[in-house]
Amino acid sequence: MKPNPHTVKDELLSALPKKSARKRAEQIVVNERRPDGSVPEIKANVRTTPGAITQRGCTYAGCKGVVIGPTRDILSITHGPIGCGFYSWLTRRNQTRPEGPEDANYIPYCLSTDMQDEQIVFGGEKKLRAAIEEAYELFHPKAIAIFSTCPVGLIGDDVHAVARDMKEKLGINVFGFSCEGYKGVSQSAGHHIANNQLFKHVVGTNETPRPEKFKINLLGEYNIGGDAFVIEDLFERCGITLVSTFSGNSTYDAFANSHMADLNAVMCHRSINYVAEMMEKKFGIPWIKVNFVGAEGTAKSLRHIAQYFNDAELSERVEKVISDEMTDVLKTQFAVRARCEGKTAMLFVGGSRAHHYQTLFAEMGMKTVAAGYEFGHRDDYEGRRVLPTVKVDADSRNIEELHVTPDDTRYLPRRGPDELVQLEAAGLDVAGYQGMMPEMEEGALVIDDLYHFEMERLLDIYKPDIFCAGVKEKYAVQKAGIPCKQLHSYDYGGPYAGFRGAINFYNEIDRMVNTRIWQYVQAPWETEEELEVEEIAS
Amino acid sequence: MIAIEPLAATRNACKLCAPLGACLALRGVAGAVPFLHGSQGCATYIRRYLISHFREPVDIAVSGFSEATTVFGGGDNLRSGLNNLARQYHPELIGIATTCLPETIGEDVGHLLHDFHPEGDVPFRTVHVSTPSYRGTHVDGFHATVKALVEQLAQGGPVRGHINVFPGMVSPADLRYLKEVFADFGLEATLLPDYSETLDGPQLEEYQNIPAGGTPVESLRAMGRARVSLEMGRTMADAGTAAVSLESKFGVARRKLGWPVGVLESDRFFAALSELAGRPIPEKHAKERGRLVDSYVDAHKYVFGRRAVVFGEEDLVVGLTAFLAEIGVQPVLCASGGESGRLEEAVKAVAGDAVDGIVVKEGMDFATMGEMARGLAPDFLIGSSKGYSVARELDLPLIRVGFPIHDRIGGQRILHLGYRGAQQLFDAVTNTLIERAQERSPVGYSYQ
Repeated sequence: MKPNPHTVKDELLSALPKKSARKRAEQIVVNERRPDGSVPEIKANVRTTPGAITQRGCTYAGCKGVVIGPTRDILSITHGPIGCGFYSWLTRRNQTRPEGPEDANYIPYCLSTDMQDEQIVFGGEKKLRAAIEEAYELFHPKAIAIFSTCPVGLIGDDVHAVARDMKEKLGINVFGFSCEGYKGVSQSAGHHIANNQLFKHVVGTNETPRPEKFKINLLGEYNIGGDAFVIEDLFERCGITLVSTFSGNSTYDAFANSHMADLNAVMCHRSINYVAEMMEKKFGIPWIKVNFVGAEGTAKSLRHIAQYFNDAELSERVEKVISDEMTDVLKTQFAVRARCEGKTAMLFVGGSRAHHYQTLFAEMGMKTVAAGYEFGHRDDYEGRRVLPTVKVDADSRNIEELHVTPDDTRYLPRRGPDELVQLEAAGLDVAGYQGMMPEMEEGALVIDDLYHFEMERLLDIYKPDIFCAGVKEKYAVQKAGIPCKQLHSYDYGGPYAGFRGAINFYNEIDRMVNTRIWQYVQAPWETEEELEVEEIAS
Repeated sequence: MIAIEPLAATRNACKLCAPLGACLALRGVAGAVPFLHGSQGCATYIRRYLISHFREPVDIAVSGFSEATTVFGGGDNLRSGLNNLARQYHPELIGIATTCLPETIGEDVGHLLHDFHPEGDVPFRTVHVSTPSYRGTHVDGFHATVKALVEQLAQGGPVRGHINVFPGMVSPADLRYLKEVFADFGLEATLLPDYSETLDGPQLEEYQNIPAGGTPVESLRAMGRARVSLEMGRTMADAGTAAVSLESKFGVARRKLGWPVGVLESDRFFAALSELAGRPIPEKHAKERGRLVDSYVDAHKYVFGRRAVVFGEEDLVVGLTAFLAEIGVQPVLCASGGESGRLEEAVKAVAGDAVDGIVVKEGMDFATMGEMARGLAPDFLIGSSKGYSVARELDLPLIRVGFPIHDRIGGQRILHLGYRGAQQLFDAVTNTLIERAQERSPVGYSYQ
């Protein structure tokens, strides 16, 4: 029988003391799709209850691990004790493709100032300076980034002053990030801090002209499992010029040159929508939301890009690529649907993944019964229409808001106001994102920042056919007899983006939800024993 | 001798942070949940690392400092965190380990806990340990936690017949093996910690949010009444450890033993047990020793004279050195990220004839290790997955042992200890070298 989501919500809340439960109730919502297109309000981007076992990471993780991590030629130095640097070393399958053997790639390195008691007491700036100079001597990088961990903020080390001095002394770009772990409620704060600094210190510093046609930046695509490689290939075949990706398979020079693009295509709205906004304000580059997860989303996104450039030849090439790819996609879809249709999924991951991956499941005939983000904000759930009503709390105020004005010489609106109106009229949602909830079913559970014990209850009540999260959840989910697909690292599988990726995903999920492994859990003698017990009882 | 300048930065660290060790040790106490007092990210990072090695759920709660908490202190977060956790998990014990933030602001967790009164009606005990990441390594955090558990829970009283065993940071398979050996000797042993079941558990019909297994709190309390404590690890300090504490507080005699890795260290270990139990080595183990030595005879020609880089936790490095030296492999570099100050002496004590050819390095990172290894012409590396970048760079095989192993499955099932563990290590080393020769052979033979 289908569980009643309202009862489930009450049950989840009953495990918390009253005061905590009251606050928590606002983050657990039963979805409704109202006639005016709105959805119920959800509380998001707020502190996790102390003592909860959360999926969330920290500001440092978002800044160093997620945003700057995949950039191969920025040399990263973690300023802090050893743990933070170690744990963010070569994570999330930071795949990158240097163009040649001489091309710098620092991703395999994890440099840390490895703070000790002495630095905590007397300050760590001296050691940091030495580490930067030494790193420069060893690698001669184009740029060095310094990441602050928790104690740095407390002991008052000024990483930005050190960065300024070193920039002057070494003659390369050196910039710091005040991304101490405690600063925000989740890694989302770290994404913002990272992107702000990239915008301040890197974007627009390389004026090399780009003579190609159809130039775009892809924002918020992190190349998990090689996704970016698939998307890069699609763009190339369509004749779309990718100036830069923030920040999968990325390089310093591409960031610096990114203001030369004519359109920003935003994948992960959460981690980067503000960069799209700032680039529009400063350079006049419009942005659209895209989604290269799922065959349908990929086709739609390519068509939207073509629509923006309004070029018959481009549209033709895009259509050709789509039709070439869709033959195989549909063939696999048909095959897996026979085995997967009607099965259920839950997704608790990311700041856009819980939304994007629902479309892949839908393409397989599978239904998402509950979903939520680890670090999303209200606009990621309810759509940008709620932005004016989002409350700014102390944690959000902690994150610097850059005040951007049009660049004196380089501001050039790529599309005039009339053109934008026309594009909107033709169905292109410029600078828009509708959010996850309007696309979810009525009665689906939406839970922000899912707590571990809530997950255990959900698995028990709903018994979904598959649960998508990360490695922290994976083994608990599997102990409960349900397959778990990691959507942070893809369990070393993937890519899942684009058409080829969709096929990979269909096949993998098909194997997972139809595996026979669970039938071995009960040993044969256990069954016999039970039978005997029953016999005795009767 | 290769001179390597000490650098300001640690490049590709060969150590993890102290609170990770604390969480690992706490997972080895029955009914316990680790609780980190500090930043949310610490729990997440540490969970990710422990989980990807053990491939088991590892729940770690966190108080979650905010900017305001760093100014006003973490007392409120600690109290509400403990209450929330107790209500969800009904733990018997909550082990609180601090991370950098409360340590930097100088928070007195002991005092906060002293004044803490749980809200709910479910009683639970607390144990706390100070583990800032800027002091020591994961191994230090591990030992500090074991000591804190003993100091805060063990009680004195009439001596009972059992023995205490502090095995150090070994694998679940090692712990299961040790328990088997003690049982075979008829010795009643309390192992602390014991994550043999909690971090390598079966597939279940019904999920348990606190996995079964671990050292029972009652047994932990009785550690003050044991007849002897075995503290395993040649690099263990002779002050400030759990066994030293039990000795000074309750008069429980302390006996320090090396990790029984390889034949010789295992012989010493089994001799000690034989003496404690007052009975000879059980036949099963004598036979395992026999088979092990038989295999040494069969295969020494494949391994003799080969050169190895050994790295990892200090006691593991000492044990592996003993093992490699006895099979005729020359350990050329024995390195650890730890800095006990005792590694060199311990390595030299077990290295036998190989002693002159060994460079011992504490406080080592992988970048330096790679640079040094280049000049030492090793044939293979033995240590955790983190040595892979060096192995790849030098085009050498890496034999994975210790922690963390997250690019292969089965890290939790690797047996390092005893004759049985030595057998597995020996087979792994030999077969790796044979495979390498086979891969490099122009003939492609499959029989020789």
